[in-house]
Amino acid sequence: MSAHPARAYPITWRKPAWIASPVLRWSLILGALLYLFLGLSSLEVNWTRIAQGWERGWRFISAFGSPDFTSRWSDIRTGFIESLTMTVTATVTGVMLSIPFAVGAARNLANRWVYLFCRGFIALSRTLNEIIVAILLVAMFGLGPFAGYLTLTFATIGFMAKLLAEDIEEIDTSQLEALRSTGASFMQWLDFAVLSQVKPRLVGLSLYRLDINFRESSVIGIVGAGGVGATLNTAMDRYEYDSAAAILLIIIAIVFATEYVSSLIRKRLQ
Amino acid sequence: MTSELNSAHQTVWRYRTTRQEWTRYALWFAGTLLFVWCFQVMTAQTIWAFVSDAPRQAVDISSRMMPPDWASTSDLLWPLWETLNIATLGTLLGVVIATPVAFLAARNTTPSQWLTRPAALLITVASRSINSLIWALLLVAIMGPGPLAGIFAIALRSIGFIGKLLYEAIEEVHDAPIQAIRSTGAGSAQTLVWAITPQVAPTLAGITVFRWDINIRESAVLGLVGAGGIGMKLESALNTLAWPKVSMILIAILATVAISEWISAVVRKKLI
Repeated sequence: MSAHPARAYPITWRKPAWIASPVLRWSLILGALLYLFLGLSSLEVNWTRIAQGWERGWRFISAFGSPDFTSRWSDIRTGFIESLTMTVTATVTGVMLSIPFAVGAARNLANRWVYLFCRGFIALSRTLNEIIVAILLVAMFGLGPFAGYLTLTFATIGFMAKLLAEDIEEIDTSQLEALRSTGASFMQWLDFAVLSQVKPRLVGLSLYRLDINFRESSVIGIVGAGGVGATLNTAMDRYEYDSAAAILLIIIAIVFATEYVSSLIRKRLQ
Repeated sequence: MTSELNSAHQTVWRYRTTRQEWTRYALWFAGTLLFVWCFQVMTAQTIWAFVSDAPRQAVDISSRMMPPDWASTSDLLWPLWETLNIATLGTLLGVVIATPVAFLAARNTTPSQWLTRPAALLITVASRSINSLIWALLLVAIMGPGPLAGIFAIALRSIGFIGKLLYEAIEEVHDAPIQAIRSTGAGSAQTLVWAITPQVAPTLAGITVFRWDINIRESAVLGLVGAGGIGMKLESALNTLAWPKVSMILIAILATVAISEWISAVVRKKLI
């Protein structure tokens, strides 16, 4: 102790740095600042256009105070019927098709080639944005909700199969052996040993996907794939902000309602 | 033996009662009816001749798309940089707005259960229910076409996502550090900064990177409604039916998405 009388112990505490190495820390900070500078300076901001836009923006915000449900009601009604029917049919079809893909994409069940095929399909479905898929499918199947239905089904398969496959990869293997030892057929084995273990997750994910599909169904109309997006696009193009506000309010209300109902169902299942 | 067990006194064990069984059948039947009815309504206007023609169309379009127009790659670099900026700056703006909203929404940090919490929850729900493409549609009308509208669209959509995940994380913080900080005589602002924020900072970083990855995908299509980025090139290529350009743009988008997904996976692994 007395050998080091000069050594002063720190009496204040400093928060440890987030990244220990100072070189890495400062290069990250400088890199981020450099990027911010480049990114912001490459933005062209047209202030006169924005100044003009304020008036329009204010008109849009005040339209939420007086949404106009009546003058375009028949268009809005058709749009929402298309969106809702598209959502239901695409979710049902997508979930049914996602089960075989999920089994095929689970490493513990499928053989190598099936696994690679299913994983490839899932990766493709997940990287392609719904809008891009919708553009291509509209070009093939013509305008209207049928193309939208196929788009949402395709997206649902990728989403459900990936998450379900991860769940199947973690199931309890003793039940698989138990069922196999009773001499069950492949389908019985799949039904009672595999699917019964992931069923709560399957139901929860399906409800979640129903939510997402409804939200997506309200935009793919912009590229002609049916649904309320087309009505919304027209309303915006004609500067009919009160009709647009009405559509947005209905969308928010439906999303709110489905989220509430699905949380109730999920709570009951657990 | 078995026949004795199955005699009148002891019925066979069944998973469900008859009543439950019939309820289930009825529910399945109703669900199937709903599906069929929805399908009928949805396809009422469908022209089936187009649908049956689809395989031929698919072959036709893909033959037009091949080979991709590799020469147009240099035209795509600037739109790609714009797309990257829309996603990144939009995510940053979203985080800046979402963080206070999350603190106002979390049950344990909100100043008022009856005023700020419902208001903050309403903001997150409204932001989440409206797709970024619709936000872009609105903002292009207000600000004019260009990446600035895209940045704001991405930010407005991200608020709900980041806000929701962050306030759930805030509600799950451990109480011990809060008690410890409070026992030193810290005020509520100091508790927030020194006890709660360090606990949720890694979660926030993870959520941000996750959302950034999603935003890259979304910003690639925002140009379809005029909000800048590579989507504008896609729109003009589609309008002029320049299919080799379309396939080149799709390849560029796929590559960008794959790279961003890889970056996000690496960063999230580092964070955990």
